[in-house]
Amino acid sequence: MNRTLSAETTGESTAAVSEASSAPTGPRLLEIQHLTQRFGGLCAVSDFNAAFEGGELRGLIGPNGAGKTTVFNLVSGFYKPTEGALILKGKNIAGMKPHQVTGMGIARTFQNIRLWNDMTVLDNIRISQHYQLGYTIWGSLFRSRNYMAAEERIRKKALDILEALDLARFADEVPKNLPYGIQRKVEIARALSIDPDLLLLDEPAAGLNSRDVQELIQLIRWIHKEFDVTIWMIEHQMTVVMSLCSWIQVLDFGVTIAEGTPEEIQNNPAVIKAYLGDENI
Amino acid sequence: MQRLTVPVLLAILFFVLVGMSYYDLLDLYIQSVIMFVGINIILGSSLNIVNGYMGEFACGHAAFMAIGAYISSVINVMLFTQDRIFGAPLLPPEMSLYFFPFVLLIGGFGAAIAGLLVAIPSFKTRGDYLAIITIAANFIVTSTIINMDTIGGSRGFMGMKQITFAMEDVIFLPWMLIWVILSTYFTVWVIYRYVSSTYGKGIIAIHQDEVAAEIMSVNTNKMKLVAFMISSGLAGLAGGLFAHILGYINPGSFGILKSTEALVIVYLGGMGSLSGSILAAILFTLLLEGLRFVLPWMSSGLHWFDGVFYWADLIPEGYQVSQVWKWVIIPLILVLLMQFRPEGILGNKELSDLFPRLRRWYSFK
Amino acid sequence: MIATFIQNLFNALQWGSFYSLIALGYTLVYGVLTLINFAHGDIFMVGAYIAFFVATFFLGTALLAEGGWVVLALTIPLTMILTAFVGVTLERIAYRPLRRKGANRLYVVITALMCGLILENGNLALLGASRKSFPELVDKVVFSIGPVSLTNLKVAVVFSAIAVFFLLQFIVTKTQIGMAMRAISYDKFAVPLMGIPIDTIIVFTFILGSSMAGLAGLLFALSYPILDPFMGALIGWKAFIAAVVGGIGDIRGAFLGGFLLGFVEILVVAFFPSTFRDLIAFSILLIILSVKPTGLFGVAKTTKI
Repeated sequence: MNRTLSAETTGESTAAVSEASSAPTGPRLLEIQHLTQRFGGLCAVSDFNAAFEGGELRGLIGPNGAGKTTVFNLVSGFYKPTEGALILKGKNIAGMKPHQVTGMGIARTFQNIRLWNDMTVLDNIRISQHYQLGYTIWGSLFRSRNYMAAEERIRKKALDILEALDLARFADEVPKNLPYGIQRKVEIARALSIDPDLLLLDEPAAGLNSRDVQELIQLIRWIHKEFDVTIWMIEHQMTVVMSLCSWIQVLDFGVTIAEGTPEEIQNNPAVIKAYLGDENI
Repeated sequence: MQRLTVPVLLAILFFVLVGMSYYDLLDLYIQSVIMFVGINIILGSSLNIVNGYMGEFACGHAAFMAIGAYISSVINVMLFTQDRIFGAPLLPPEMSLYFFPFVLLIGGFGAAIAGLLVAIPSFKTRGDYLAIITIAANFIVTSTIINMDTIGGSRGFMGMKQITFAMEDVIFLPWMLIWVILSTYFTVWVIYRYVSSTYGKGIIAIHQDEVAAEIMSVNTNKMKLVAFMISSGLAGLAGGLFAHILGYINPGSFGILKSTEALVIVYLGGMGSLSGSILAAILFTLLLEGLRFVLPWMSSGLHWFDGVFYWADLIPEGYQVSQVWKWVIIPLILVLLMQFRPEGILGNKELSDLFPRLRRWYSFK
Repeated sequence: MIATFIQNLFNALQWGSFYSLIALGYTLVYGVLTLINFAHGDIFMVGAYIAFFVATFFLGTALLAEGGWVVLALTIPLTMILTAFVGVTLERIAYRPLRRKGANRLYVVITALMCGLILENGNLALLGASRKSFPELVDKVVFSIGPVSLTNLKVAVVFSAIAVFFLLQFIVTKTQIGMAMRAISYDKFAVPLMGIPIDTIIVFTFILGSSMAGLAGLLFALSYPILDPFMGALIGWKAFIAAVVGGIGDIRGAFLGGFLLGFVEILVVAFFPSTFRDLIAFSILLIILSVKPTGLFGVAKTTKI
């Protein structure tokens, strides 16, 4: 399957990607039930619910501090939920360690880019293969055939992902020397190299100029189709959200105040109030 | 053909050193310096795994050295020698030659288990807290040994020289030199293979961003465990060698000063640079030995001016610049290093990054 | 039985006072600079030696005729000032350049560790291995309350520790400069932007911490008159661990941590052979740290991602 993203991608403008039409087989990809997270006296997330069949491209928006990243942190295993269930492909993953959750098919990017700045881009991608190394410390010491095959496989996979996202020429660069937009792409590539079923993007457009944002929209759309991956994104830039997502949930102070299609959300008074404040100030 | 060049060079070096020692071309003092270089290479590069590549701040490396030293010494003395504490040898002394590597490895293994105990607190803490825990661990180990009178307590433990003699009885060769060189090669081999694999690079990822590593599927706890165990196991190996070279060990030699020596080697060479640790170990050992000669010259130099300049008379008559000044100079070197070149000699690069032509001979990353 | 217990209690209070005084110095510097000043224990040692030289000097002069009390009264402030001077010098030449450069904290910590070694071994090299004996300045007076006996010196030590604690607590919570110190611990970069001279505050912190260490050194020398260059090392490490167990960065934590350690050690020695003292003390401290890693008063810091 040729996955290269060529320069002239299909110029889809602002038409949203439609929801996956095929009926899902087997358990749902992800079910979030009554997810609640309390930090001491503060309730960061309150009774959050969502269900992903598989194949959607959804958004999670809300003012700053609404709890969006906390939801992502809960789903990726960084926090253990105070209450609620997270059921991934039929298994409850609440309380599992992040590296295990990742191994089960959830990958994410971060609000502030978290690449390993003193390692090459290629190494950055290689390391995310830790969940399926296929050898142990003894393998790396004795360099068995198993080890050599595994390393070759990892290397090839990393290069493939970089090729696919048009980043191959940066393979031997270190991220701190790269432009911000490229770093974002590398981070997405790193997440994709896990072959995730669910890709969480935390404010992928943050800090990008308008040209980069357009490129990003096309990139995400392309990834969604080519890699057949469910994408869930947190974003503040409405152009990105409205043009990509088919379903949006809105959080404010940890509470879900609205959910629906982009059109519904745009006209929802509660959402407008949360972002812009009350008319009658 | 290219890949074989380094092993061939190392083999040549080995035979040259052993041969020269055997034919008494290298006197015993130089042999002992070479052996201490080897031990310091092992000590420095093993600590570099945890403090350099993984970016932690472990300050108690000597504790693991102590454990390895005592375990291997006690086993060897118990099995192969006539000893005041343990009595007659349990096995023929000649066999000590064949068992020696295994006994060393058992010592290293014991130290690795201890490393496990230190690794567990490191799951939740970093930086300063780990420093405290490792320093406390260093004290605890030395205190425990002091309290174990069966193996000599604070008076120390001896008898390892007999092992050396027993080995020489079988075939007359400079055995300790051989074992040290082989162990050094072994250590560097282990560390190189460990950190150049994708598996080992996990610890570098932990250093640069632990949260990202955990979320990107690196089992950070397991990685830390393995890193600590390899690091302390190799230190235990160094301890075993140290014990058998000296023939006598006591808990005092494995205190905070020894740990500081290891720290100096790591930071002098550069955190996360294997060739840096090797270079720094060589430099450091030679410096230490060099001071042995330089300090007496400084002493005589000080007293040349007695009676000539009045300020020279302020220095007491019999004052000698003693060996204690070594322990002022070494920390001072590190302080100056921190001020002017904190990344050490090589930073986190390897020799092959500075001299790319070396890449023709071996690949380092 | 109760008498022994109370006796041990007082001994623990006295022993713990030294740890407290030193721990307070550690915690002040850590609170302001997030730096573990590993050389602090050795500043305590330097303080003891300074006290020795000052006292010996004064005893050699005509002041001796006035009596030991006068010598003591002069020695105390002089020791504190001179020790503070040593601490500030250390800050200026070793820590400040690194701070200016924005160097990684690790490098500063290593520098601190090394400076401690230089102080210890420099002392050993310059003054030789023969131990110095601190002169007796004041006659010991023994009070007996029932079967329990105290000396005036022991009472003075405990009293000093408590007084110092309240003084520091006052400075940190009620004065402007104390507020500045606390501000620095929260946000080092904002403070100079607010017009507060950060260097001055830091120097002040070192003056406070080091003079307290000097006082501790003097009191220790009075109580246990044999001085040796490595006396600061072990006590320093232990006081530091006590500060951490109490919750480093918090003065109350340091104060209580020091006494806690004192109690642990005295109790251990009461029931076990004295060679076990360090072993058990360190182990207990490690256990406390593993249960509550931020210490008794410490506040956990969460990483935000």
